[in-house]
Amino acid sequence: MSGNMNLTLKVWRQKDAKSTGKMVTYKAENISPDMSFLEMLDVVNESLILKNDEPIHFDHDCREGICGMCSLYINGRPHGPKRAITTCQLHMRSFHDGETITIEPWRAAAFPVIKDLAVDRSAFDRIQQAGGYVSVNTGGVPDANELLIPKVIADEAFNSATCIGCGACVAACKNASAMLFVSAKVSQMALLPQGQPERWSRVQSMVAQMDEEGFGSCTNTGACEAECPKEITLTNISRMNNDYFSAKLFREEKVHDHSGGGE
Amino acid sequence: MSEIKQTFNSSLGKKLIMALTGLFLCTFIIVHLGGNLFLFKNDQGYGFNVYANFLTHFPPIEVVAYLLYLAILVHALYALILTINNRKSRPVAYAAQTKSPASWSSKNMGLLGSILFLFLVIHMGDFWYKYKFTDTVGFKEYRTNVLTNERIVNDFKPADPTFEHSSTTENDVEIVRVKDLHTKVASSFSQLWYVIVYVIAMGALSFHLLHGFQSAFQTLGWTHRKYTPIVKFIGKWFFAIIIPLGFALMPIVYYFFK
Repeated sequence: MSGNMNLTLKVWRQKDAKSTGKMVTYKAENISPDMSFLEMLDVVNESLILKNDEPIHFDHDCREGICGMCSLYINGRPHGPKRAITTCQLHMRSFHDGETITIEPWRAAAFPVIKDLAVDRSAFDRIQQAGGYVSVNTGGVPDANELLIPKVIADEAFNSATCIGCGACVAACKNASAMLFVSAKVSQMALLPQGQPERWSRVQSMVAQMDEEGFGSCTNTGACEAECPKEITLTNISRMNNDYFSAKLFREEKVHDHSGGGE
Repeated sequence: MSEIKQTFNSSLGKKLIMALTGLFLCTFIIVHLGGNLFLFKNDQGYGFNVYANFLTHFPPIEVVAYLLYLAILVHALYALILTINNRKSRPVAYAAQTKSPASWSSKNMGLLGSILFLFLVIHMGDFWYKYKFTDTVGFKEYRTNVLTNERIVNDFKPADPTFEHSSTTENDVEIVRVKDLHTKVASSFSQLWYVIVYVIAMGALSFHLLHGFQSAFQTLGWTHRKYTPIVKFIGKWFFAIIIPLGFALMPIVYYFFK
């Protein structure tokens, strides 16, 4: 088909978490510019299977930009060259015929490689489990709009809540810091009335878990904000810092000292 | 571990220490630049020498000075600890790296800080140490006629080796005898390599504060739609441009015009 592209891929291949990996070069031939990046990898994998080679392992799930599974550090940027999209939303028309594309997994001590391009992001799950929730008691159904929330506050909370936990912030950060993710998860609840009872213990628990997972510190460079597919802002980090220092230095609540009732 | 200790040992706590010591150092350089403006005064070093004597003999300032040295060391030490931890957080480097949209200064704070630390060793070794702990800095005697404001300057050799400073008035003539740091500064600033070191260090200071000042506010959680633009404006124009420029002009003016 005319207009199709031939590409050279340099892909990180690693057998399992214990092995040392290396970059391997593959040819991707007859690639349609309308394919998504993941579809292009599917095509390459089909050819590898036909050759009895091990297909390239990579994470993916919804393929519509909302699940946060697809990772891939493409040509030195998380999710490739475009702004505010995930890898599944990246199309081959963003590349040119004959281009060499380097594909690597997220690099962070807290995100160990499982195989090839797939990394273990359960560190994010453990941070969420440490306090990224609101405790809701059972009982009668409350009236809708019973709690009034100013629109600007609701908007800001929703913006924070759009974080899909993909890990691009960690991948982009020179320190492999998870501050943008954690601060978005802290903010979405700290901003809303439902999040208030656990506000001061939550931020302490989640930051403590973040430190335990071995992420780096924040240098306020803003690389995370620039690469976030959901355009989460640095304001979240500032808000989390403020809440954390307030909680640690001026509040009674401790880590896991949830006052939400029911315990 | 006590709660306070645990707070300052957390990743955010270490950043809090960086921000607080950094902002303290920012307030210091304002005072330092202000005082050193005496160097631009054409009074044969009278104002500068009296000011230097005041700084080293006024007890509250001496206390603040030692807090300042402590802040510099803590700021550098915590930067080192954080950098080591950050390096550990990414054990395998990326093969491909494109130009990140993050500012150059924000990514090179460690390099800029190391240049500044080396500069401080040279700077304090040459002025502070020699002024306080050696007798390589001489004395000057300023005789000022309080009626006509005419001033006669002479070298002064104190008979008593522990002599530091005196100020007396005889027959309408004010006699001030102080350590002559001004001549020491002028002789240091007459060497080209010294001027170059100072100008490079002030360049590093500029980029360090361009990121550092506003970054401290972000770390403290003091950001606001209305005030953050003001913080960034002050960080850029006052701390990253006016202050380093003021300091850099001192060796340049002395090298070329004095």
